[in-house]
Amino acid sequence: MENKNKSLIDYLLILGDNSLILGHRLSELCGHGPSLETDIALTNISLDLFGQVRSYFQYAAELTGGEATEDTIAMKRVDREYRHTWLVEQANKDFAYVIGRQFLFDAFHLPLLEQLVNSKDEMIAAVAAKSIKESRYHLRFSSSWMERLGDGTQESHQRMQTAINDLYPFTYEFFEETATEKIMHEAGIGANLKTIETTYRQTIKDVFAKANLEIPSAPPRKTDGKKGIHSEQLGFILAELQYMQRAYPNMTW
Amino acid sequence: MEKIVDQEAAFQARIDAGEKIEPKDWMPEKYRKTHIRQISQHAHSEIVGMLPEGNWITRTPTLRRKVGLLAKVQDEAGHGLYLYSAAETLGISRDELFHQLHIGKAKYSSIFNYPTMTWADIGAIGWLVDGAAIINQVMLTRTSFGPYARAMVRICKEESFHQRQGYEIMLTLCEGTPEQKAMAQDALNRWWWPSLMMFGPRDAESPNTEQSVKWKIKRKTNDELRQQFIDITIPQAEILGITVPDPDLKWNEERQHYDFGEIDWDEFWQVVKGNGPCNKERLQARNDAWNNGAWVRNAARAHAEKRAEKERTAEAS
Amino acid sequence: MQKNERKKKEPQKQANLFTNYTIITNQYNMKGNPIWEVFIRSKNGLEHRHVGSLHAEDAKMAMENARDVYTRRQEGVSIWVVESKHITASNPSENGEMFDPAKDKAYRHPTFYDLPDELEHI
Ligand SMILES: [Fe+2]
Ligand SMILES: [Fe+2]
Repeated sequence: MENKNKSLIDYLLILGDNSLILGHRLSELCGHGPSLETDIALTNISLDLFGQVRSYFQYAAELTGGEATEDTIAMKRVDREYRHTWLVEQANKDFAYVIGRQFLFDAFHLPLLEQLVNSKDEMIAAVAAKSIKESRYHLRFSSSWMERLGDGTQESHQRMQTAINDLYPFTYEFFEETATEKIMHEAGIGANLKTIETTYRQTIKDVFAKANLEIPSAPPRKTDGKKGIHSEQLGFILAELQYMQRAYPNMTW
Repeated sequence: MEKIVDQEAAFQARIDAGEKIEPKDWMPEKYRKTHIRQISQHAHSEIVGMLPEGNWITRTPTLRRKVGLLAKVQDEAGHGLYLYSAAETLGISRDELFHQLHIGKAKYSSIFNYPTMTWADIGAIGWLVDGAAIINQVMLTRTSFGPYARAMVRICKEESFHQRQGYEIMLTLCEGTPEQKAMAQDALNRWWWPSLMMFGPRDAESPNTEQSVKWKIKRKTNDELRQQFIDITIPQAEILGITVPDPDLKWNEERQHYDFGEIDWDEFWQVVKGNGPCNKERLQARNDAWNNGAWVRNAARAHAEKRAEKERTAEAS
Repeated sequence: MQKNERKKKEPQKQANLFTNYTIITNQYNMKGNPIWEVFIRSKNGLEHRHVGSLHAEDAKMAMENARDVYTRRQEGVSIWVVESKHITASNPSENGEMFDPAKDKAYRHPTFYDLPDELEHI
C-alpha cells in the first residue's frame, strides 16, 4: 500500500509539474503579448493548466497526508524534486518560442489525456476527462498559430523554424519511460507512452506540413527532467514561484 | 451656422430626454472628440493597470491566489479591448490610440504609476483601486454614448469579483500574523492617497465637469464621487482593523459624511506630468510589448492574405 | 512575395519626447485592422445576440478570439463572427422615412380590436 501510494504520488508530480511550469511561463506573459486578443487567449491556457495542477496536487496532498497541501507541493519542494520535462521550462524568448513550446506540449498532452481518461485511478480519470477538452482547444489554438507564423512572412517563418529547431530536441524526453511511469502503466493507472508517441509524431507531421515547417533532424537532447535534473532556468522560476512561501513560511494567504 | 446650432440643440434635447447616442448618429465634433479622449484614456488605464498587478502573478503565495489574480488581470485586458472597440466606433483605430499612448501623449490613470512592492499591494489595489473605479464605472453605465454605456455594463459585471478578491486578500492578511497585518497596513498607507486622487482634481479645478454633466459622462462631480468613496471605504477599513493615513479624518455628524485632510495636489500633478515613480517603466513595458509583437501581427496579416488568395484561385479554376 | 509586408519599408523612427525609446511609426496601422462583430447564443432556444467586437485577420482567428474574449464565463453555446465591413447599416438620418411610417399602424396590434371582456381563449 505504502509503495503503491509512493509511485502514484510520484506519477501525479510528473503529470502536474509539466502543467505547473508551463502555466508559470505563460503567466509571465500576461500583459505583454502582441495583441490584447492573444494576451487573453494565452492567459486562458495558463488558467486551464493551473486548474489541472490544483486537481493533481490536491489529490497528491491527500495521498501524502500530514501537513501537505496543493501549495506545499507546488511551492515547497526543492529543485531536484520537480519532475517536469525541459521543454516546458524554456523561456519566452519570443512569440515563436511561446507558440512552439505550446504546440509541442499540446501534441503530447492531448493523446496522454486521451489515455488517462481510462485510468484505473478514478481521480486521475476524472481530471483527465475535464482537462481533455481544454487540451483539445489548446492544440487547436497552438496549431493555428504554428500555421500563421510558419506560413506568414519570411521573418515569422524564420523565427518559427528557429524556435522549433531549439525546442524539438527536448520533446524526446516525453517518451522515455521512467520507473514510475512503467509501474503506473502496468498497473493500468498511467499511460502507455509508446502509443502516445505514434499519435504525437502524426500530429507533428500534419501541422508542420501545413505550417510549411521542417521537422528538425537534430538528435534528442540528453535531458532527465522527469528524474529531477533540470536546466539552469528552473532555479529562477522557483525563486519567483516560491518566493512568498519561503520568505513568509507557515502563514495563511 | 444656424443649422448647426439647431442641430446641437436637438442633440442636447435627445440626451436630456435620456436617449442614447449611437455611433452613426449626428453628433457635435466636440462630443466625438471628448468621447474619443475619455474612452481611450479609460482603455489605456485598463491595460496599463495590468502591469503593476501582473508583476505579482508569478509570485502569488498560493495557487488559489494565482488563478484569482491571473483571471483578474486578464479581465482588465478584456476591459481595455471592450473600450478600444467602443472608441473605434467613433472613427479612430486601435493602433492610433496605442500610438498616442506609446508616445506619451495620451493619459491614463495615474494610480498605476506607483509600484507594487509587496503582496499586500495586490490586496490594496483590488480593494481600493478597483473600488474607486467601480464607483466611476457604475455611473458611466448610464452615460449618453451607447457603445460606451454598453461596454460599462459588461465591465461592471466582470468587475464585481475584483474588489471582493482584493478585500479578501486584505482580510486574510489582517487576520494573519502581526507581520502580515503590518504588510496590509503599509499597503493601505501607500495606496490611500493615490486612490483618492483617482477621482481627479477638485471641482473648482475641473473645467470640463459642466460639459461632462450635460452629456451624462458625469452624473456626479469629482468631489462628490470622492466623498462617496471615502464614506463607504472607512467602515471597510474598520472591519479590517487598519487605519487610513489621514490624521484629519473624522465623521461629521452634521454633514453625515467623513471630513478628510488635504490631498497633496502637487504630487498629483507631478505624477500626471510623467514624474511618478513608475511612469517610464509602464510606458516602456507597453512599448516593448508592442514592438516585440510587430512581426507576429504582420505574420497573421500575411497569412490571412495568402489564404484568401488561395481561396480566390481555387474558386477561379 | 508578400505584397503587404510593411516590414519591407524603411522603418520610420520617431523620437519620443517623453521617454527614450523609439516609436516605429509604420508598425501602426492607423487606418485600422479588420474588426469583427461577435454574436453569441447564450443557450439553445435563444437567439444570437451582439456582444461586442474584436480584431482578427481572418475568420478562423476571429472565431478563436471570440471564444477566448467573450465566453470566459460560460456566456455561450454558439458563436457567430462577421467582419464589420460586411454589415450594411441603415442611416440614422433616414430614420424618419424608415421607421416612422410604422407608428400609426395600430391595427397591427391585438389591442386595436375591441372584443367583449367575457370572451375567452382568443
Ligand atoms: Fe477593469
Ligand atoms: Fe478591475
